[in-house]
Amino acid sequence: MAPNASCASDKLRANGFYIVTDLTNLGVKAIRDGVASGEFTAREVATGFNAAIEAAAELNTFIVTTPEKALEAADAADTARAAGKPLGKMGGVPIGMKDLFCTAGTQTTAASHILEGFVPQYESTVSANLWNAGAGMLGKLNLDQFAMGSSNETSYFGPAKSPWRKEGSNTALTAGGSSGGSSSAVAARLCPAATGTDTGGSIRQPAAVTGIVGIKPTYGRCSRWGVVAFASSLDQVGPMARSVEDCAIMLGAMAGFDPKDSTSLDMPVPDWEAALDADLKGKKVGIPREYRMEGTPQDILDSWKQGEEWLKDAGAQIVEISLPHTKYALPAYYIIAPAEASSNLARYDGVRYGLRDLPDGSGLQDMYAATRADGFGDEVKRRILIGTYVLSAGFYDAYYTQAQKIRTLVAQDFEKAWGECDVILAPTTPSAAFGLGEMQSDPLAMYLNDVFAVPASLAGLPAMNVPAGLNSDGLPLGLQIVGKPFDEQGVLNTGLAIEQRAGFTARAEKWW
Amino acid sequence: MSVDKQTVTKIASLARIKMDDAECERMVPELNNILDWVDQLGEVDTSGVEPMTAVMPMAQRLRDDVVDADPLTGGGVRDKVLANAPAAEHGFFGVPKVIE
Repeated sequence: MAPNASCASDKLRANGFYIVTDLTNLGVKAIRDGVASGEFTAREVATGFNAAIEAAAELNTFIVTTPEKALEAADAADTARAAGKPLGKMGGVPIGMKDLFCTAGTQTTAASHILEGFVPQYESTVSANLWNAGAGMLGKLNLDQFAMGSSNETSYFGPAKSPWRKEGSNTALTAGGSSGGSSSAVAARLCPAATGTDTGGSIRQPAAVTGIVGIKPTYGRCSRWGVVAFASSLDQVGPMARSVEDCAIMLGAMAGFDPKDSTSLDMPVPDWEAALDADLKGKKVGIPREYRMEGTPQDILDSWKQGEEWLKDAGAQIVEISLPHTKYALPAYYIIAPAEASSNLARYDGVRYGLRDLPDGSGLQDMYAATRADGFGDEVKRRILIGTYVLSAGFYDAYYTQAQKIRTLVAQDFEKAWGECDVILAPTTPSAAFGLGEMQSDPLAMYLNDVFAVPASLAGLPAMNVPAGLNSDGLPLGLQIVGKPFDEQGVLNTGLAIEQRAGFTARAEKWW
Repeated sequence: MSVDKQTVTKIASLARIKMDDAECERMVPELNNILDWVDQLGEVDTSGVEPMTAVMPMAQRLRDDVVDADPLTGGGVRDKVLANAPAAEHGFFGVPKVIE
């Protein structure tokens, strides 16, 4: 259980010296409010997290650390406070930045070899929004290469490890993917919050297997400008933190219209934090019957049932709904996402940025092919090849057009469901965290990790993971809430109702 | 539908990824596993269904017809554009000779 802000500072004063690690137990709101009230300084907070990160190299969560940037932002917050200036929504809060966001002057790799050494000359809109809100950067977080993966094992820099282990076991577990560096770092208290991106579950699945909260907002809420592209019609940015309230605060700082992203939503950003309300009286929660898939482990089904009970207790009415095309969402995703990826990743050509492999005496075409062979990992190549194939002459209609039609059907399923319910409750993942290396030989088995997450992605809907409890191995399980377009508030409120009843305070025992 | 080694070689060439025979061979069953699995999409009757083009209803916006309206996406940043190029010469991207 994280001590509250006053506990931490009382300890400081009673002992007469800093126990900086205590501050690393605090979340976004506690840090922001503690800095604002003068309970502790932003520099003390940043120093504590910098030290925690340095001591946790074994988790492999960060590709690059930027302690000086965290301190610089902290000093700016402390100076602003001393001058009586407002501190911003994230004032004094240091965060981790998924290494998919371009950060001016700091290497951005997408966990790939082809972008190793790439130093953006500009700042992504979302990261700029966060810095403008007073946040500071602790470093760039590990991920699956180009966000393609569900275990972090496709990272060129080796996988981030989960801080969690099965009871009585030393086996290294996955922190999920693709935002596995983010989930591991937040769960291990290396940062109070981190950015994630979600194309087909990449925020929700890692959040679920590490016992943290993560929300993917409605498609278009957060700008994609400056985010390394994977599948542009699906990519969305969102926050990962340890409480629903912290996610609401951080999402508020990230979101907003951006004319530089042609798919950015031109809508006002609601004050999600202020409107948080766990009273669900009059709300209907849909339970999609097609998500009760054969072979789903009992602990997942039990936690789903428990979630229903919690929401009933919060005043909601439970209704069974049908999303008939659920089964086809994942295979449709594995046509659409690779198709878009094959197009997006055509830019890595060894000419404008990143790696160049120019074998002796070779021409331009050989250089392209050699650079891409050397620079992309196996999973990225596999997806580019699938994408190229399904878009190629003669196969386009059978694969790509059919998949886009099915995407329409999946979205229509949700539209119909909104006639019967306000939010949908489902499991986030089909299992708890698996061991690193366990699934690597079978790409298809790995893809199935996102079976519950992908339908909401195809429909562009807001969806979040909230921790529900631990299974019999002592590993976290999560519940997923899916909402109507633009109704992040409904999703957050339902999440809050679960959070209050789940009382999830478990944390991984420190072994690193 | 399934792919053979010849098809994989062709796709790899289209995708500009250098792959030798052994790699293409290895990729055949991997890709076929995935393609066999996505083939189930053929079961769905999609007659009369429009393929999705935009997941949220959006109108294409036009920016003002002004040079450098937004400095972040405007011009005049040649050095920044070239800053990460593996070979930049005389203010241009350098590539191997393409004309004999």
